Amino acid sequence: MTDSNIIELIDVRKVFDDETVAVDNFNLQVKKGEFVTFLGPSGCGKTTTLRMIAGFDLPTSGKILLNGKDISNLPPNKRPVNTVFQKYALFPHLNVYENIAFGLRLKRVVNTYKNDAGDSYTKKERLTKKEIDAKVKKALEIVDLEGFEKRSIGTLSGGQQQRVAIARAIVNEPEILLLDEPLGALDLKMRKEMQVELKNMHRRLGITFIYVTHDQEEALTMSDKVVVINDGDIQQIGTPTEIYNEPVNTFVADFIGESNIFNGAVVGKLKVKFCGATFDCVDDFELNQLVDVVVRPEDIIICKPGEGQLKGKVVSTVFKGVHYEITVEVGRYEIIIQSTAYAEPGKVIGMRVEPDGIHLMKPVYTINRFEGVITKNNTVEFGDGEFECDVTSLYPGSRLDDEGYLVTAAGEKLDLTGTKVNVEVDTHAITMSDDKDEGGAQGTIISMIYKGDHYRYIVRTEENEEDYVISCPDMWNTDDFVSLVIPKEKIKLSLKPAEND
Amino acid sequence: MKFNRKQLCIPYAVFLLLFVIAPLFVILYYAFTDGEGQFTFENLVSFFSSTNTIGTLVYSFALAITTTLVCLAIAYPTAYILARSGLKKKYALLLLFIMPMWINFTLRITALKEILTAIEGNIAAYPFLNSVIGMTYDFMPFMILPLYTSLQKLDNSLLEAARDLGANKFKVFMRVTLPLSVPGIISGITMVLLPSMTNYVVLDMLYNSTYIMGSLIGSFFNHYDWNNGSMISLILLVIIFIVTLVTNRFSDKDDNGRGAIL
Repeated sequence: MTDSNIIELIDVRKVFDDETVAVDNFNLQVKKGEFVTFLGPSGCGKTTTLRMIAGFDLPTSGKILLNGKDISNLPPNKRPVNTVFQKYALFPHLNVYENIAFGLRLKRVVNTYKNDAGDSYTKKERLTKKEIDAKVKKALEIVDLEGFEKRSIGTLSGGQQQRVAIARAIVNEPEILLLDEPLGALDLKMRKEMQVELKNMHRRLGITFIYVTHDQEEALTMSDKVVVINDGDIQQIGTPTEIYNEPVNTFVADFIGESNIFNGAVVGKLKVKFCGATFDCVDDFELNQLVDVVVRPEDIIICKPGEGQLKGKVVSTVFKGVHYEITVEVGRYEIIIQSTAYAEPGKVIGMRVEPDGIHLMKPVYTINRFEGVITKNNTVEFGDGEFECDVTSLYPGSRLDDEGYLVTAAGEKLDLTGTKVNVEVDTHAITMSDDKDEGGAQGTIISMIYKGDHYRYIVRTEENEEDYVISCPDMWNTDDFVSLVIPKEKIKLSLKPAEND
Repeated sequence: MKFNRKQLCIPYAVFLLLFVIAPLFVILYYAFTDGEGQFTFENLVSFFSSTNTIGTLVYSFALAITTTLVCLAIAYPTAYILARSGLKKKYALLLLFIMPMWINFTLRITALKEILTAIEGNIAAYPFLNSVIGMTYDFMPFMILPLYTSLQKLDNSLLEAARDLGANKFKVFMRVTLPLSVPGIISGITMVLLPSMTNYVVLDMLYNSTYIMGSLIGSFFNHYDWNNGSMISLILLVIIFIVTLVTNRFSDKDDNGRGAIL
């Protein structure tokens, strides 16, 4: 079956000179003629992956196969792949015609001739002027820019430059067309038009498209296959419907479309409890398993109070064109509903969710686990930080003497300096602070997801990129630099099994 | 007290009138008159009929063009490396190339003379070579700077696009880098070619007794022959004007390039 894959990425990993890992463990197969979209927030590694397929960046390890052949280290000019660049990258010293003909003029084609004796021989030749003319004309027709041949690039609008960039790439009849956020610089209306046109072009040309975007709507509209990427890792690969309806984790659920995300627990066979109510669901998990629950706003049906599983007070109703966006308070939880029916703010309503509208997923993070070392001051170092801790918790019945040595219940005096320990910190135990010196470790918020009654943050430290997961009701912003405060008693220590040294 | 725009122009207008417009008319007057103040074309005719003066013109051109080409051949790769490489110390390097401009010109050429003497022995034996070396040394920063500027603003994605469309590294250079650095080349050439036609001080200091345009004018003025001296100045002015026109035509497409010259 691998034969039908036009391009295949195997364990591709890219580490930049400054040791940041841009892409890791990237495995992907693309079939001939597919429209594949790399979707993810900026800096997630999607453009780097595209650049590795184009040949501008070489993978640190792993392989890229094109039609089964390894092209990982081939220079870009030797790859049958063309790129539409984010900012078009049209040549300012050439007019529209010459821009489009640029690749054609460099091309050598193999022609077959017969000599006098009747034997056929082949010759590598440049394209003739007539052939180039015809191809450029056709490309201009495809992008709807007939008659623009002589225009200089500077006189074109953004949309027209975009079209020239596409024509310049497709005129070479590449096996794969790479598009790096090509519509990013256009206004909304233009973008929508180009989306439809690109999709049509893909259908007509039959070329494989690999498209990079951070716009989830664009990805869902255009692609056959969406690859959701975050932090250099593939989160999920699937059709737009799969990605939207069956997100594999809260990141995908939160990034694609709008979602209500809650912490839940499985309370019976196909029964899950969240927001203080029990629901029937279709995902089968073990009893008592903690889960992340995702409910799309349009899957919540408004009914009379007392009829659905949930009851709450409408906080606000905003008209969004096709639907109303209704915010409802259910106990301490906040739920977003999209509905064509109007709900009066202040009124109490009932809400029902059908089993197939509830998506359960194993939570990625439930607790913070680190490996730490006890220092001479009886603090513990872990996760790029140093925290006060209660070392007596390591040995039941022990206490600290005046000099700071630990005295066990048996009266043995121990120096714990350098002792390796496992550290566990509950996500709710960590608080964030603006004051840099208040906490034991500092980092930047790299992700936040709203979970109905609290936010779940991931804070990454600068030095070793250690991640802390924090559940906290306060609102912070992504990219905020925070200090992490953990109360002494919330740091759970356990001795690491003794090593033989 | 408030000035309007017109008033702010007055100092420069006065300067322009006294040091640009008026001398130009004086030159025009002397060029087309003889010693007695009679109108004549004699000066013009004598310039083009004397093998001596034509020889000087040719020698000046030869010297200036050689200097320019040598400057370009050295400056382009240098500017390319400075502008395109990820060198961390490139600003320090660039400074090193520009620093000679901060050192007194006479001092530099005198030092060069000593070095050349140490190498060649009798430096008067290689007048053309030494003059080219001296002028190259003198004008190099004027070639590097505009080249560096135009190469540095070259968008990397254009080079990637060319690679992507099938060009190897050599073709990328020939079809993208070089054409896009033409404005820099043109302004570099203008900055070097024109001064090196007249800068006879370098020749004097390096014992090159051959006349170039500058020294020719100087020699006429030294003999109080204002008329012929003015005529040659006028001819030089016309030549420079023509050269500027031609080079501007080449860089017409790029507005930045034109601004740098005129």
